[in-house]
Amino acid sequence: MGAEMGIKTEQGDDRRGPDGKQLLDLVFLEARAKLIDIAGILDRIDRYGGAEDYRLRAFYRALEELSRPGGGDRARRVLTTFSDPTDEPVDSPLMHGATGAWPGGEKE
Amino acid sequence: MVSRTTDDYLAMVTAGCRAVCEPAFWAGYDRKSVDGFYDYFCQLTDYEPKRAAKFALPHFSWLCLNPKEAEDTGLADDVLALIPQFLDRPNVLGIGEIGLNKNTRNELSVLEKHIDLAARHDQLILVHTPHLEDKLKGTRLIVDAILGDKRIEPARVIIDHVEEHTAPLVLDKGFWAGITLYPESKCTSARAVDMLEMYGRERVWLNCACDWGVSDPLAVPKTALEMRKRGHSEETIDRVLYANPRRFLLQSPRFAAVFGDEGMIFPTVPSGKRSLSPTRDSF
Ligand SMILES: [Zn+2]
Repeated sequence: MGAEMGIKTEQGDDRRGPDGKQLLDLVFLEARAKLIDIAGILDRIDRYGGAEDYRLRAFYRALEELSRPGGGDRARRVLTTFSDPTDEPVDSPLMHGATGAWPGGEKE
Repeated sequence: MVSRTTDDYLAMVTAGCRAVCEPAFWAGYDRKSVDGFYDYFCQLTDYEPKRAAKFALPHFSWLCLNPKEAEDTGLADDVLALIPQFLDRPNVLGIGEIGLNKNTRNELSVLEKHIDLAARHDQLILVHTPHLEDKLKGTRLIVDAILGDKRIEPARVIIDHVEEHTAPLVLDKGFWAGITLYPESKCTSARAVDMLEMYGRERVWLNCACDWGVSDPLAVPKTALEMRKRGHSEETIDRVLYANPRRFLLQSPRFAAVFGDEGMIFPTVPSGKRSLSPTRDSF
């Protein structure tokens, strides 16, 4: 499968494999299914009355990052959207944490 | 791996894993006394290597008080005082996995004491970074704390659980970066290979989460399949999954005593079908 292509990556290594189109052929159905799964989750939350929640707002901000063109760093931008941007250590482990999104002072 | 059954050791050996490196981690509950840590360090350095040896799998361990238990600073001091007596045991690689969990002041203080311990005893360091929204901030704090101790060479430190937003921070400062694979919730094999392609492979190693939660001791060998599907050569796969962790770990005299001549001792393992260093993680 595409072994004749001999694609060079940024490191100029010896990878000989699929190009972008061939990779799309491999992953499209998987990506499509994941996207529909997310749509279903968001619909389900709405159907159950919705949720005013900082995690959901962060999620929608992350979805906007997905739609922005190129740059090859969507994963980094999505992760950064969810991240605590502050610099100082916190006083107590009970202050927040490990919900997956930074409340940023708007936590209920 | 104290949280796993021997079925995992058998599966790992069958899949080509050449060694297991187990960091000290959380017991599933906060230990109440220093005696609990003494018993745990005995388990990591005495019984567990014997259990793995039944499967011809060399077992190494890292010692520390996990950041998740660092809020009790009195207990932390007692555990730090206990560690040196275990450092000469033949399977001990160094201090780890130290680091931060919720990025608290107490965690940072205990991290600095572990860094000092490693410097005084000339030990390698394995670092846990927080998961989820705390990772970016925690990684910055950790990098600053280690660089703040001039006795520590970044090339003797591996900062683990990097993701796309933290790998460059770690690699740009000369540290090794660990990519930890999870079957769900965190980094997948596909994203791990993405990071290898984006950020280089010179100072990166891959490891498996093998903890109390859903985790897969074969995640590293399975990542070889992902690399193969994308057309990476067998030589590249072997370099990332085997030669890289070996190169880092050979800085430990105790690892070198077992693996210094590995290429000659085990010539029957096909290139690209061996791996090193599944680790376990607790959060
Ligand atoms: Zn960890």
